[in-house]
Amino acid sequence: MAQLSHDQELKNALSAPLVDGTPSYHDVTEAVSIISEVKTHRNWYIALAITGSITGMMGLMIAYLIVTGVGVWGNNQPVGWGWDITNFVFWIGIGHAGTLISAILFLFRQKWRTSINRFAEAMTLFAVACAAIYPGIHVGRPWRAYWLFPIPNEFLDMWQNFRSPLLWDVFAVSTYGTVSALFWYVGLVPDLATFRDRAKTKARQMAFGIASLGWRGSATHWKNYEKAYMILAGLSTPLVLSVHTIVSFDFATSILPGWHTTIFPPYFVAGAIFSGFAMVVTLMVIARWIYKVEHLVTMTHLENMNKVILATGTIVGYAYATEFFTAWYSGNPYESYVFFVSRATGPYWWAYWSMVSCNVLAPQFFWFKKLRTNLPFMFVISIIVNIGMWFERFVIIATSLHRDYLPSSWGYFRPTFVDICTFIGTFGLFLTLFVFFTRFLPIIAISEVKGMMAANEHEKHYLDDAVAASQGKQPVGAAH
Amino acid sequence: MAEKTKIHGMVGDFSSPDRLMDAVKAARKAGYTKMEAYTPFPIHGIDDAMGAKPSILGYLVICGGALGLTIAILLQWWTGAVAYPLVISGKPFFAFEFAVPIMFELTVLLSAFVAVFGMFALNGLPRFYHPMMNYSSFEGITDDRFVLVIEAGDRDFDAAAVKSFLEAHGADKTELVEE
Repeated sequence: MAQLSHDQELKNALSAPLVDGTPSYHDVTEAVSIISEVKTHRNWYIALAITGSITGMMGLMIAYLIVTGVGVWGNNQPVGWGWDITNFVFWIGIGHAGTLISAILFLFRQKWRTSINRFAEAMTLFAVACAAIYPGIHVGRPWRAYWLFPIPNEFLDMWQNFRSPLLWDVFAVSTYGTVSALFWYVGLVPDLATFRDRAKTKARQMAFGIASLGWRGSATHWKNYEKAYMILAGLSTPLVLSVHTIVSFDFATSILPGWHTTIFPPYFVAGAIFSGFAMVVTLMVIARWIYKVEHLVTMTHLENMNKVILATGTIVGYAYATEFFTAWYSGNPYESYVFFVSRATGPYWWAYWSMVSCNVLAPQFFWFKKLRTNLPFMFVISIIVNIGMWFERFVIIATSLHRDYLPSSWGYFRPTFVDICTFIGTFGLFLTLFVFFTRFLPIIAISEVKGMMAANEHEKHYLDDAVAASQGKQPVGAAH
Repeated sequence: MAEKTKIHGMVGDFSSPDRLMDAVKAARKAGYTKMEAYTPFPIHGIDDAMGAKPSILGYLVICGGALGLTIAILLQWWTGAVAYPLVISGKPFFAFEFAVPIMFELTVLLSAFVAVFGMFALNGLPRFYHPMMNYSSFEGITDDRFVLVIEAGDRDFDAAAVKSFLEAHGADKTELVEE
């Protein structure tokens, strides 16, 4: 009887549709490929013009910064780290959901990841690209930005300081960017081969032919491919956890009240996953509608992501509470001052309470199935969460810095128009990359969705048989 | 042309993974040894059915990871303690504690490089021409067709016999593919 209920339960779980209707393998190929094969729509050019101009604005701001100096930003004593680090941490965090979906959910055999992993991985890459801009332009002399890496050169007669968490960060972020790009490309190769084989024009055939490296889908190919994919997932899992851990070391290894805490690594990682999933929901709600792939990216996918947002948002709320508790319990007056005065009631109270309402309260609506399966509602919440997570980084950075131990050196951070326009510009870059990605590449992992469909088919047969057998009936799939 | 073209093998084209698996098992039973399956997605258990050895990629990746770890230790020790020792906050010139993050990152980085480029190398990619691309319905392989090829190098290869064997095991279509 226990066996029956377990099988029945599994069967019910499987019936939550990861693919709506009963499309054939060919239907999946068609649905995804057609997106890049149809004639470019006028709206695409309009979208590109808008996002491209925003990116152009970022280019102008960066050029102005390089020509003039970092002083064009609001950074100054005592707040020497302002929007640049805030935005860097914000974008890196966004990327984390992509790796979580592609690697960790893969290792946990979460089949629902297959329809959204390609898109989420693209988001990771583009977010890391946006993040990487900030340290590069904050170094003061960006033409010497390669000094961040231990490359022998004739100008710098010394080596990097490996005892500094900032250098760990350089290694963590560049490794993360590289591995994410490799992982993404490996996943793309079989689908690029599909595009190659469907190509109607010489140009497409050549481009996808080269990009797919001559992939043939032989059993030998798949054998090594699956091994590589598994290994990359295994490598990316600790990697993604390490990246935001090391980002948090930038703060945690300092001795500033509010930063010098051991809770930072898990707190940052949870926040990163939280914000990243919110960004995936924001983008997915739009993309599945524009590109008509609602049957492949189903409500089940969105609902699952909203559950992750609820869980991680609650963890983040717990971390906020823990910080206050530790500040009080430590008996350290400076630590208490940062939390109880600077953050909660000081000049940045508005930022702190925006952060709490966006990150802790807003996701709580997702306890209700009606709300977490409501498209406009989840879209709004996902944007609120992203605003909240930006505030989190800003609050952490600004509140700890703006009031030094000496009241004579207290200050208040105000962003300049360059700060603001550069940040808006990174959204332009992020979206421009997406506009290109959705136009030219398979936005859903075709081969993986097919593999998932085949596996589901097998499992259903097996479960039908198990349920039928426990009821003493002839197995349904007996003739099969 | 009088020149005799070389044969790559006989293709059998199947409509489902199950049919392909049945054919692979039957081919193995019938004594064919040189065969290859081509599918739009990985088919679970097909390597065992074909008698293929497991991938050696994992061992290569371990070597890559060990190399990355070694580089990370040597880099941090040599630059910090040998080439340019600089006192910073009284910290030691080299210690494993602070070296851990970069040891981890470089281990992961080199492992990932080997996993990806090793996979391509083991698969003989990039390779832009392969005899299978002469197959008239090659595009089906990356769409929804499941193909088994009994290669001409097989000891028992006899085009007519292989053709009827594949047809008997449910191939919707068979074709002789040339090199």
